Amino acid sequence: MVQIGVPQLEDYELNREPSANSEMQLVSSSLDASGPTRAVEGHFGFVSGVILRERLSSFERVLWRACRGNIYLKFADIDTPLEDPVTGDQVNKCVFIILFQGEQLKSRVKKICEGFRATLYPCPDSPAERREMAIGVMTRIEDLNIVLSQTQDHRHRVLVAAAKNINVWFVKVQKIKAIYHALNLFNLDVTRKCLIAECWFPADEVERVNGALRRGTEKSGIDAPSILSQTVTMANPPTYNRTNKFTSAFQSLVDAYGVASYREVNPAPFTIISFPFLFAVMFGDTGHAMLMLVFAAWMVIKEKSLLAQKSTNEIWNTFFGGRYIILLMALFSIYTGLIYNDFYSKSVNLFGTAWHSNYTKDVLVANKQLQMCPNKNNCVGPNNKVIPTNYRGYPYPLGMDPIWMISVNMITYSNSFKMKMSVIIGVCQMLFGVILSIFNHRYFKQPLNVFAEFIPQLIFLNGIFGYLCVLIIAKWISWAGDDAACAPSLLLGLINMFLFKYVDEKDSSISCSQKLMFPAQKSLQTALVFLAVISALVLLLLKPLVLNYQHKKKLRQAATASQQPGPCIESSAEDHLTPSGGGHGEKGDEDEFDFGEMFVHQCIHTIEFCLGCVSHTASYLRLWALSLAHGQLSEVLWTMILRMGFSVNGLFGSVMIFAVFAPWLMLTIGILLVMEGLSAFLHTLRLHWVEFQSKFYIGDGEAFIPFSFDDILDQAEASNHEVR
Amino acid sequence: MVSCRICGPKLSICCTLTSLWGIIMLSILGVLFYVRSPNLVEDLPIKEEDFEDYDKVIEAYHTNAYNCWIAAGLYVVTLAFSAVQFKLNNQASYTV
Repeated sequence: MVQIGVPQLEDYELNREPSANSEMQLVSSSLDASGPTRAVEGHFGFVSGVILRERLSSFERVLWRACRGNIYLKFADIDTPLEDPVTGDQVNKCVFIILFQGEQLKSRVKKICEGFRATLYPCPDSPAERREMAIGVMTRIEDLNIVLSQTQDHRHRVLVAAAKNINVWFVKVQKIKAIYHALNLFNLDVTRKCLIAECWFPADEVERVNGALRRGTEKSGIDAPSILSQTVTMANPPTYNRTNKFTSAFQSLVDAYGVASYREVNPAPFTIISFPFLFAVMFGDTGHAMLMLVFAAWMVIKEKSLLAQKSTNEIWNTFFGGRYIILLMALFSIYTGLIYNDFYSKSVNLFGTAWHSNYTKDVLVANKQLQMCPNKNNCVGPNNKVIPTNYRGYPYPLGMDPIWMISVNMITYSNSFKMKMSVIIGVCQMLFGVILSIFNHRYFKQPLNVFAEFIPQLIFLNGIFGYLCVLIIAKWISWAGDDAACAPSLLLGLINMFLFKYVDEKDSSISCSQKLMFPAQKSLQTALVFLAVISALVLLLLKPLVLNYQHKKKLRQAATASQQPGPCIESSAEDHLTPSGGGHGEKGDEDEFDFGEMFVHQCIHTIEFCLGCVSHTASYLRLWALSLAHGQLSEVLWTMILRMGFSVNGLFGSVMIFAVFAPWLMLTIGILLVMEGLSAFLHTLRLHWVEFQSKFYIGDGEAFIPFSFDDILDQAEASNHEVR
Repeated sequence: MVSCRICGPKLSICCTLTSLWGIIMLSILGVLFYVRSPNLVEDLPIKEEDFEDYDKVIEAYHTNAYNCWIAAGLYVVTLAFSAVQFKLNNQASYTV
């Protein structure tokens, strides 16, 4: 028979007398079938500790199963969350006490506690001891808290003190690193125990470099001075263009396409004016330009404070870096806006319009559209009716007459005008590019290029497109309103010029607009076409043939006078330092002159130039296209948006105007200033890079990048910001 | 004055500049409407048949002129409001 006696453990409290603890009679309800059950007299042992709240239920279950229900577990939640020393998280824990009997259970319980990572704390038996222990623990906790807070304060103070200097330290480290990187590029001359640096420096700055070396020697207190000696080298020097804050923006525009070859013509100074001008031709609205001017002027005036902000926003930095370009573009656009007479799609009558209406009221009422008579004398209307002239005889002094903005055929007129103007501007810029190439030829002492490239190019370009421009201007001057029906078509004229198709002057059935513009036109145009063809052939053949002849002559000379190697070396040294003028590099070594390759090069160059003349002239028509688009967009914005406010009658109209103005302004800024501005900027850039620079620019040089602490620190800061 | 910040810094500066430009442009437009500029003839609140009566045309021009000036006045109010907001934003960013 097994006697089971289970004590009332629910009410068991830790404050009871210890004697009751140890005198309990307990019979284990062991399910061991092996041996006879014995009543064991023992006393309770207990362990107490703390465990994570999440682990408690599985802890309980494992204890119950492992100890076969022979232990008692009581637990309570700890209200305040504790900080886990390892991870630093706040965790909730429970305090528990396990009561058991016997050594085996004790070891089992201890192992399970270890497995569940419960922290066991010793708890003394008597309440007095427990009180003392509690007081001792509280004191220790307070002491540790004080230590922790003081340590935190100290750490904070140390960090604050270091934070004051950390930027300076970063800068110092960057500078030292940069210096050591530069020093690594030096060669070590083992015999003389000195470092040799091979570098480029501007020839004008010899004095400054020597002065700096002397100062460095004095400062470091070494006796041995640093020696600067110029050496002759075959390598191509880097290109250095001196710029200030104004010109550096334009120089970077040119360099973005290709850095100029060493000592060739730099297109950047010309770009300072031609770039804003071409932009303005495409932008052409005084109102928008004034908004742009305000923005650019603010950036330029507040330059110093904006620079000091060291913003990392790329878009802002792009706009701010180009502030002088934007300022010039705005000023030029105000001018072209006055020429186009476009002010938010309305025109301004500053000088008095040249047109007046003398229609009577019944004529006005009867006709939806009326044409103003532009003749000097009267017009002849339908039914041979005489219409007095509407034109005062002399035009509006500056730009387009303001009446065009409210006339129905404004676009027809302005298309013709802007297209012709674009062609004239384009031919002028291309001609200027060809002329710039002669400076290159003269500097690099290549007289052959002047005759073999410059003169044929000039004749070809001027013979065809220069002649076209002259015809355009002649047509503008010679045909007035009276004989406008007889004005010849320029495009047909150009086509017929190449087809050699001329009408018979004596034929009476031809209309007056098919007649020749001037008597000698046929012979002049025939001559020009022949000149153009001859110059194209000269461009193709002259240079390779002459170079071939020179090469053969040299070979003959070298064969007969074998004791004189001098001339060969001189010429080859010369060739090393001079870039070719044709845009395709020549092989530097004269001894390996390949006629075939030279001919192919020249062939490519000729085709590129001749076809390029035609296609680039047409490409300049984008000046017309973009200014038309800009004008139409601003008109659409006014008609669709702002007119909504104006067409409401009564005082409610003021509220409508108030409500409608802000969206109109936002859309103007967004579409017309930002989008159209960027678009016109891009097209102007393309016109400069391709159409202008292909006439003379080689651009395969390297930029001169001197060692500069400012640049290195800026780069380091930029990469720091990227990392963060 | 308004003591709470309704607009943030970007919105307040944007509204200030818009109001400023609105005042300038609407006043000039008002003047142009008042002197009956022919360029603005398509912006009148008038029907096509009424064009025969020139007095109606003058009246339409004047109506638009007054409307523009009143709108400019409304923009003065907006300018004051957004300028105050801008100042409040500047002050708030100094007291961290």
